[in-house]
Amino acid sequence: MSLRERLAAGGFAVTAEISPPRGASTGPITEAAALLRDWVDAVNVTDNQGSNVRLASWAGSLATLAAGLEPVMQMTCRDRNRIALQSDLLGASALGIRNVLVMTGDHPKFGDHPEAKPVFDLDSVQLLWTLRHMRDQGALLSGRPLNPPPDCFLGAVENPFAPPASFRAERLGKKVDAGAQFVQTQYVFDVAVFARWMAQVRDLGLHERCSILAGVGAVRSRRGLDFIRDKVPGVEVPDDVYRRLRAVPADQTAAEGARLAAQTISELSAIEGVAGVHLLMAGNEQAVAGILDEAGLVRHGR
Amino acid sequence: MTTSLPIPAHPRLGTRLAYRLQRVLRPRPGLSWLSARVEASGLARPLFTGVERQAKETLFGCRMCGQCALPVTGYVCPMGCPKELRNGPCGGVGADGGCEVYPDRRCVWVEAYERAASQGRAADLRLLHRPVDHRRWGESSWLNYWQGRDEGLWTAVAGDAGGEGPARHRYGLQGGS
Repeated sequence: MSLRERLAAGGFAVTAEISPPRGASTGPITEAAALLRDWVDAVNVTDNQGSNVRLASWAGSLATLAAGLEPVMQMTCRDRNRIALQSDLLGASALGIRNVLVMTGDHPKFGDHPEAKPVFDLDSVQLLWTLRHMRDQGALLSGRPLNPPPDCFLGAVENPFAPPASFRAERLGKKVDAGAQFVQTQYVFDVAVFARWMAQVRDLGLHERCSILAGVGAVRSRRGLDFIRDKVPGVEVPDDVYRRLRAVPADQTAAEGARLAAQTISELSAIEGVAGVHLLMAGNEQAVAGILDEAGLVRHGR
Repeated sequence: MTTSLPIPAHPRLGTRLAYRLQRVLRPRPGLSWLSARVEASGLARPLFTGVERQAKETLFGCRMCGQCALPVTGYVCPMGCPKELRNGPCGGVGADGGCEVYPDRRCVWVEAYERAASQGRAADLRLLHRPVDHRRWGESSWLNYWQGRDEGLWTAVAGDAGGEGPARHRYGLQGGS
């Protein structure tokens, strides 16, 4: 069952994330896919995450597909203009990549080529709108017809925790208006704040037009915790969560992080309108099975 | 073309005054006649554009994209966003409302939301902005506005069936299908 079908059927979806390697090999992607295959519905393949050069997202998505796992190709607005973005969608669709996750992207300043030209020719709303137009109207932004048009399931991201708080659900509304069919959120460490955002999302009826997947991170080490808190733009780690993960001995951080993730997943799945979770494992794919087990989620079996 | 790097600018024009000016400067027959004359003149046009550049640069940190969004962004220029986002803030805004790229400056969209909301105009931020036409950098957006060429820069509807397309403001090209 594909991600699109599972969400359409009202099932609780689980997605995860694979970061392609810095190198000309898809080996690490195939390995990660093998660990995740039986546990998740689909896996995001990041697009030069954090503005650091990695193997291309479309190539990683193809490798994932070949490993028997459904990819979600991430597409940022940072590095390509509207010509390249439209062309990439055609290529991805032609090669069997159906899920596309659109995001603005981190600024180049934070990556390994801070001197690069930031492109941002389209923003994430405009890119979603463009891709939907290509699929539904069968035409490019230029108006030129596409034969055949691409087939794609369009995703977006949202950060329920960043200011302006009262605009964040509305912002998701714009993305849904533009074409988003599913959304994956930033790491949820503060379930209460997330629940408030979800209430606004329900008030706007967005959960009925777009499947909401809540982001859940499994902290692996103290260093990882500090990185998430201090270096990942837009992430808030509440003090009680931080203290809880620091309270255990350093060699127990991963186990406590997994317990916290499982607990967060159970809490999130009880919130009305949450259609699934998106696991941000930071390379710790082995822990996925245990976390989903502990969260009480029925094993998928593909 | 782009003359300066995008950097968040705090508007120097008060919110209420800005909206009041908006009413005064709304397109009308007189202004559209006058702007057509200015546009036709080889001398008046660059002069007028220069004055607009000076004024808007001082007041809003304008970078002369030539397709002004200020009337629906609480008079905070979205082109000052380092990612030039025209449809709202990115996910990297700091907890204090600071820009991800320039943390000592406020996110233009946080400020836009506050200013628009303070005048009962928060709904403006729901409008969908179409992609920027990069051929228009350096043009006078006031002339474009009074000449009616800015119509369609944003829309309230992008519905699935019969909704408006993302590229209706493609000057010099035939419209889409």
